[in-house]
Amino acid sequence: MSPAVNRARRLTPIMLPALNLVLALALSAIVVVLVGEHPGRALRLLVVGAFGDGEAIGYTLYYATSFVFTGLAVAVAFHGGLFNIGAEGQASLGGLGVALLCLAAGGWPTPLVIAAAIVVAGVFGAAWAFVPAWLQARRGSHVVITTIMFNFIAAAVMTHLLVNVLIKPGQQSPETREFAASTWLPQLHEVAGRLGVPMKPSPLNLSVLVAIVAGVLVWRYVWHTRWGYALRALGHSESAAVYAGIVPARVILVAMSLSGALAGLVSLNEVMGVQHRLLLNFTGGAGYTGIAVALMGRNHPLGIALAAILFGALYQGGAELALDMPALTRDMVVVIQGLVVLVCGALEHALRRPLDALIGRGPVTEPS
Amino acid sequence: MSEPALLIALLAAATVRGAAPLVLAGLGGLFAERSGIVDVGLEGKMLAAAFAAAAMAAVTGSAWLGAAAGIAAAVALALVHGFACITHHGNQVVSGMALNITVSGLTAVLGNAWFHQGGQTPLLGGAGRFASIQLPGAGALAGVPGLGLLYREVVSGHNLLVYVTAAAVPLVAWLVYRTRFGLRLRAVGESPGAVDTAGISVAAVRYRALVAGGVLCGLSGAYLSIAHSAGFIREMSAGKGYLALAALIFGGWRPLPTLGACLLFAFADAAQARLQGTPLPGVGVVPVQLIQALPYVLTVALLGGFVGRAVAPRAIGVPYVKER
Repeated sequence: MSPAVNRARRLTPIMLPALNLVLALALSAIVVVLVGEHPGRALRLLVVGAFGDGEAIGYTLYYATSFVFTGLAVAVAFHGGLFNIGAEGQASLGGLGVALLCLAAGGWPTPLVIAAAIVVAGVFGAAWAFVPAWLQARRGSHVVITTIMFNFIAAAVMTHLLVNVLIKPGQQSPETREFAASTWLPQLHEVAGRLGVPMKPSPLNLSVLVAIVAGVLVWRYVWHTRWGYALRALGHSESAAVYAGIVPARVILVAMSLSGALAGLVSLNEVMGVQHRLLLNFTGGAGYTGIAVALMGRNHPLGIALAAILFGALYQGGAELALDMPALTRDMVVVIQGLVVLVCGALEHALRRPLDALIGRGPVTEPS
Repeated sequence: MSEPALLIALLAAATVRGAAPLVLAGLGGLFAERSGIVDVGLEGKMLAAAFAAAAMAAVTGSAWLGAAAGIAAAVALALVHGFACITHHGNQVVSGMALNITVSGLTAVLGNAWFHQGGQTPLLGGAGRFASIQLPGAGALAGVPGLGLLYREVVSGHNLLVYVTAAAVPLVAWLVYRTRFGLRLRAVGESPGAVDTAGISVAAVRYRALVAGGVLCGLSGAYLSIAHSAGFIREMSAGKGYLALAALIFGGWRPLPTLGACLLFAFADAAQARLQGTPLPGVGVVPVQLIQALPYVLTVALLGGFVGRAVAPRAIGVPYVKER
């Protein structure tokens, strides 16, 4: 094989997601035409809405922060061959934990609240993932179905708590009272302002740093620890993993708990950083977006970060787009998400073969 | 007429009505899963069919055309699933979830753009939906104690699709266990290599299974929007596709036990609707929001507690790659 072909091959991990994205967007364009709008104009509005100025970029990165958390959550489980669809429920339980903490910790110093919130969000999310994990590990019930059921149960529990228990007295909408300002996660423009750097106000907050750290830690865990090795071994072949002395049940419990903890961290961004109160459905579908983000980012933290920014742009640009083209509601973003999952996940081999054939000669056996 | 007897009859009738879409979708999933293709996309196919059926019925005023549109939508999605999983050996769970997510957004976007009612379709009436049918003899049997009540409330008075469902169970059982197609279907799910060796195309059998599943799923969706209700509402499948899948697994991938599991889930749902606001002994009044989660909790409990290690079709979830 010539060096040129080798070099081109190395580009596949970048070219393939790019091609997949183009294909997903092309399919979405058909939907745009179906509702009677112009796809080219829609794309331009979307890009300007997402990256047009400092404020837009701040919003894009704010959305991306949540998607990094859920993307990492789905990816960690994926490495072990587990499909965690429950990030949505795990994230809302994380929000419950953070809200309870912030309501109680009114007088605490802010750094202490932040540290405690990271722990509480993680523990609540992990606990909600632990039950399906245990059922999969010990009882063989399929984690896909149980995590979906746990999303429904989480929604019921959260509705009950917000409507009947945690609701601010004398108010109609199901939400808690606002937290004390000392428990808020500082927004980046405030921090920058204090340091003398001017920055357009946006909801982007310090949780973006937590997301970056989480990405690095996940990378360490999956590729540079014994636990990560066991996880990947299990994901490739359960029988081989067992033969190597790995106990699948233990690996499943650890991986799913970590996955749930990562999903729980979404609440740092949404509840503690932006809303400053617990709202119903504060996750806004971030759990499901995480599936698309993980698949598009090829389950690697770097790829996940890029895919999260892409989806952040879709959310932010989509909101702007909906103002100009009322026919294209924000549900359009969900359509694009689904198409990305289809093209990047289910149809990943469909484009790889022609691409490989284009670059080299003949198909390649199992490129990884 | 005694009060408890009527209550039980009404509960049974609600169970039958609630079970019908689960049974149709569950049997649809049975075809796919018995052929070795995981069918998490039941939910999406159901929702798409519900939307297509309601949209078509709203435009044409015909429930029959609506049902046809629902079936067409579900079959189209089943073919996409087949294209990804059979032709391109894609991950079947991922493909199913992709369909679910796409449909969830697509029905909202199209509904909003076409009907301008926040994602709903216009209210259907008259020939636009399948009305309830009074079976002959309901009047004549009315005087008979017990039987008359049972016949009037539980057997008679449902819409056409409930009776289609009742007929579908033995039909599917016959197809799967007594026909050449059924034998090949089961063989392809257990040992595709052997089927291939016998000179039968694995892909063709699996595609046919997905199309058959799509037809039943389409009816299931149509049931939701143009038989049980009078129009489409956003996310109206509300997890019923997943419940149907759980019922299929709980029923060990067999038609009759799947029917039993669907009846159980539907009973839980009918019971929770009745229990709302009623104090339970020892517990008091359970909040509405929590009691609505009963079917989902039951699903987890059943899958975790009783199924144990259900014997799935051997080749399920594994793409068949012919030797090169």
